[in-house]
Amino acid sequence: MPAPVIELDRLRLAQGGRVVLDNVSLDIGQREFIGVLGANGAGKTTLMRALLGLIEPAHGSIRVLGRAAQRGNPAIGYLPQARGALPGVRLSGWHMVACVLDGHRPGLAWKSKDTRREIDRVLDLAGARELAHRPIAELSGGERQRLMLAQALLGQPELLLLDEPLISLDPRRQRDLIDQVKALQVELGITVLFSAHELNPLLGALDRVLYLGQRHAALGTVQEVITGPVLSRLYGADIEVVRAAGRIFITTGGVEADAGAHQHDD
Amino acid sequence: MRNAYSAAGIVAVVAAMVGYFLVLRGQTFAGHALSHVGFSGAAGAALIGLAPLQGMLIAAMAGGVCIGMLGEKLAQRDVAIGIALSFSLGLGLLFLRFYTSHATQTSTLLFGNVLAVSGETVRVLLYLGLACLAGLGLISRPLLFASLQPELAQARGVSLRLYSSLFMAIAALATVLSTQVVGILLVFSLMVGPPAAAQRLARRVGTGLALSVALALASAWLGIALAYWTDWPVSFWITTLSCATYLGAQAWAAGRRHGHA
Repeated sequence: MPAPVIELDRLRLAQGGRVVLDNVSLDIGQREFIGVLGANGAGKTTLMRALLGLIEPAHGSIRVLGRAAQRGNPAIGYLPQARGALPGVRLSGWHMVACVLDGHRPGLAWKSKDTRREIDRVLDLAGARELAHRPIAELSGGERQRLMLAQALLGQPELLLLDEPLISLDPRRQRDLIDQVKALQVELGITVLFSAHELNPLLGALDRVLYLGQRHAALGTVQEVITGPVLSRLYGADIEVVRAAGRIFITTGGVEADAGAHQHDD
Repeated sequence: MRNAYSAAGIVAVVAAMVGYFLVLRGQTFAGHALSHVGFSGAAGAALIGLAPLQGMLIAAMAGGVCIGMLGEKLAQRDVAIGIALSFSLGLGLLFLRFYTSHATQTSTLLFGNVLAVSGETVRVLLYLGLACLAGLGLISRPLLFASLQPELAQARGVSLRLYSSLFMAIAALATVLSTQVVGILLVFSLMVGPPAAAQRLARRVGTGLALSVALALASAWLGIALAYWTDWPVSFWITTLSCATYLGAQAWAAGRRHGHA
């Protein structure tokens, strides 16, 4: 059986003095599209940062592609949570992608022909070629997102981590992005961890769900994880799962869980 | 006169290139503050038997590293920098009081007098300028990465604090060089005006840097020529030209946008 891409072994993660995940053990394999779900503070971002080697496990271990998680792993493409653009920066979108390639190595910021070819390649993959010519300050959130997706594909990663890429996208663009990422995942044969607040947009794309909450994690198919008992344990509340019109509704006491979850303070 | 043009030329190139990143990173206020911190070093240098330039270098670079270590919290940083800046200026004033022989040089320190620059100073400016550009070139890639994509850079193992401190030290060096031409208070005219104008107009880093240097050289050299012709202060002309190029660039960029609309 091919080696797992991600192995968590009795992992405990702490952030800001608070234990976010405790005693989590699971494997994620090649070519899997994993939807990472959970309420705010459940540990979605923390887990991704730990996979990137930015957070040391408080206990247990994290292995990515057969090696312990370390900073600057070139085999991982990362799309961090959307942030505001740099105000008034009139550099073209090309620079948002180009600066990432070899960006960690000291030296002149000049790009050779080979590196320019690589940048063009990922821009094409992400459908962001035209965006590359426009000033960063004039790009919309969705357009910047596409450039960020291009950047995540540099160097042919084997694992893609997308941290809540659907925030501030309208439903149509959300669908477009999910379709695009799914197509890339299949075409490039890579593993994708796609975190979000709502399950339904991801239903068509994901292979398994990784649901976080109350320091626990549940990994499995939608059938296995999205059930009353499993989710009640993760939310620490009485959860009912209702399936209707091809969608899944997760409710507690008649109030839909995650309903207001995609409103952020930032 | 030749010394004046040489000194102004060297400083314009260095200030324009370092200033480009200062503007890009939104750290122009910090750059401005570094010259003030340098002032206290220049004024206090004589107290410990150093030349003013040496004192200025030490103080400014120490200040630069401190600012670099302050981290990314903009609001607190602005206040901290402002307080340090005014304190430094006050301290410098105190040092000057102990050495009244320096009082006559205060105007030069504050506003610059490039026409009085010596050949020796030009040589020093050249060596320090080359060192400054070499340092900038060495960190340019991670610096650009950290400036445009700080979260990603961190995820890829780039230490934001390290490069911030290194860049601030380089910026400190550049401000010290600039003060030799335009004085402490007018460092903005070469380090911020031309790069800001260039960034309004150019969409690529290479083009932006080249334009930045061209505008700074034009401001500096034309400024000296105009001062020679009108007998008005050089620094006045340089700052006026710098301001004019910035406003011109704004107008041009706005005109282009409306033309396309």
